[in-house]
Amino acid sequence: MQPPTPLQTAAHPMTPVSGRVLRRRWETDDTFTLDIEVAGGRPFPFAPGQFNMLYLFGVGEVPISISGDPDDPSKLTHTTREVGVVTRAMRRLRPGDTLGVRGPFGSAWPVSEAEGRDVVVIAGGIGLAPLRPVVYHLMRHRLRYNRIVILYGARSPEDILYAKELGQWSARLDVEVLVTVDRAARRWRGNVGVITRLIPRAPFDPENVVAMVCGPEIMMSFTVLELHRRGVASERIHVSMERNMKCAIGLCGHCQYGPHFICKDGPVFRFDAVEDLFRVREF
Amino acid sequence: MARRTPKTHTPGPDDAPMLLDVEGLGRLIALLAEEGYVVLGPRVRDGAVVYDEVRRVADLPVGWTEEQAPGRYRLVRRDDEAVFGFTLGPHAWKRSLFPPRRRLWRAERSEGDGAFTIAEEPVEAPKQAFLGVRACELAAIAVQDRVFMGGAYVDPVYAARRANTFIVAVNCTQAAATCFCASMDTGPQARSGFDLALTELLDDDRHVFLLEAGTETGRSFAARLSAAPAVPEDVAAARAVVARTAEALTRTLDTDGIRDLLFGNLDHPRWDEVASRCLACTNCTLVCPTCFCSTVEDTTDLTGAVAERWQTWDSCFTMDFSYIHGGSVRKTHRARYRQWLTHKLASWIDQFGTSGCVGCGRCITWCPVGIDLTEEVRAIRESADIPPHTTSANQAQAGR
Repeated sequence: MQPPTPLQTAAHPMTPVSGRVLRRRWETDDTFTLDIEVAGGRPFPFAPGQFNMLYLFGVGEVPISISGDPDDPSKLTHTTREVGVVTRAMRRLRPGDTLGVRGPFGSAWPVSEAEGRDVVVIAGGIGLAPLRPVVYHLMRHRLRYNRIVILYGARSPEDILYAKELGQWSARLDVEVLVTVDRAARRWRGNVGVITRLIPRAPFDPENVVAMVCGPEIMMSFTVLELHRRGVASERIHVSMERNMKCAIGLCGHCQYGPHFICKDGPVFRFDAVEDLFRVREF
Repeated sequence: MARRTPKTHTPGPDDAPMLLDVEGLGRLIALLAEEGYVVLGPRVRDGAVVYDEVRRVADLPVGWTEEQAPGRYRLVRRDDEAVFGFTLGPHAWKRSLFPPRRRLWRAERSEGDGAFTIAEEPVEAPKQAFLGVRACELAAIAVQDRVFMGGAYVDPVYAARRANTFIVAVNCTQAAATCFCASMDTGPQARSGFDLALTELLDDDRHVFLLEAGTETGRSFAARLSAAPAVPEDVAAARAVVARTAEALTRTLDTDGIRDLLFGNLDHPRWDEVASRCLACTNCTLVCPTCFCSTVEDTTDLTGAVAERWQTWDSCFTMDFSYIHGGSVRKTHRARYRQWLTHKLASWIDQFGTSGCVGCGRCITWCPVGIDLTEEVRAIRESADIPPHTTSANQAQAGR
């Protein structure tokens, strides 16, 4: 299934359409979510895993994954951490403010291919944002899937993203949610340790599972090792890659990753497509 | 957008090759100008042959040639009046198809609600004629056609400029020491991708150009030049000159299994060795006729009411190029040189079905420390962790 193609209203593919902020809410100390209405309320269909280029007037443009519900295209949702000039300016956006939107771009998580199988969603830090549309999809179409497991790792309990929703998901009997943090104060009663330690005891069938992994490259690297150790084949592991992006349409060259352009061939890759490059430093 | 595909047409009786004298070459320039083309061609400026507007034969580098070597380029006087008796300078034609810097749009913010409206830059595509395009450069243009027009997204500026470009190729009558077009199978004979092609024939008896048409448009221009028909001996003489050029090529690049060779050796110690010389100055990427990377600059004016987006050439040798939050992916010169070389010679094949290198040798000449990519590949090949299979085809290629 082909993911949706970008909404384009201008002649040049690098001209954004206008968007208006409906709501901004803080998720953690440095991470916030924006709900955006695009081009006067036009629906914005997207597939889980796709991203947009968000432009702030005169400041710049950055790629940010879409973190909303793919079954509700009336609202566009982005969660981002303030890490650079553009995202720091973005935190000051208020309802009614205008920004530019280009997208959706890129490949999607294999939610259709995973039907009839176990699904394990593995996220580190802000990596849960591009995977949240997957979780929404899995919940909405729960009967199409076998066991569903969500593994999430954050730096500390305060850094846990979408904490309320994680709680709701974990309250369901038909979803297994395991959360761990790198470090915590004494009052934290959950797991402490790296996310890979959750994998050996996660309830899924390694022969019949689809794994979707997103987080820092080092986290994905060790996660894949652990999945391999449990017997999950590379063909059933999917990762979301990140590189510098300027155009998002495969022309500017920044996001190259060997034969791939992350913006159009990715960001979601079946692991065997990138496996050889994954071990190479600084590639 | 209409795209004029430059393809070789089957020669018919009407487009037999012709002979043009030096005055005839002047008539060609005048005719192109008359038809509204800005004629761009080689000119001597600041001690180098560059591409700029030409109005008459005298604007061309008549009587000049150059000496090229790794990290070295010098113009030298010839002892004849050859018009195209040089090879390549630092300019590639890409600057006229893919401008180094261009505004994409301009946005204005309204006082009240902070909303902004965007006005796109009109696409400027003047009719332009390239005079003196070498075979390797024709290949480079074909490579960039694939990059900018062959995928899901088309660069509208490139496509518009390309459609309005008339190409006069010139076959090489000499080779620079840095040339290796034969290894890349791109030259020195221009085979396709031109409207007209010239081969300069200069000896004691005459100074003429064999004129051949590659497209219908080229043929209609040729017909208006009142040139003399060429005899088969003229064509044979022209082919012989180019064949001598091919024989004079001294540099080679063995491309056999090059993709697997480079990707099988991403941790080869040679990358460290070349990194100890590479200055990451970006020269190679700027003179390369196929390098296409660009970046976006979003700016505002002093009042903050007007913002613009500009697109400019970029280079994978800069630290910024691979910057993501937290730092650059490719911090070391080693990683950046490796990125450039593996892209140019290997992953380009995956991405666009062709090598990114056309063998023009500019990156060798204009490297301030004389790094030679053919030498880098050879060094890796000779001490490869994963030796690629050697085929007889490869030996035939290396031997020619």
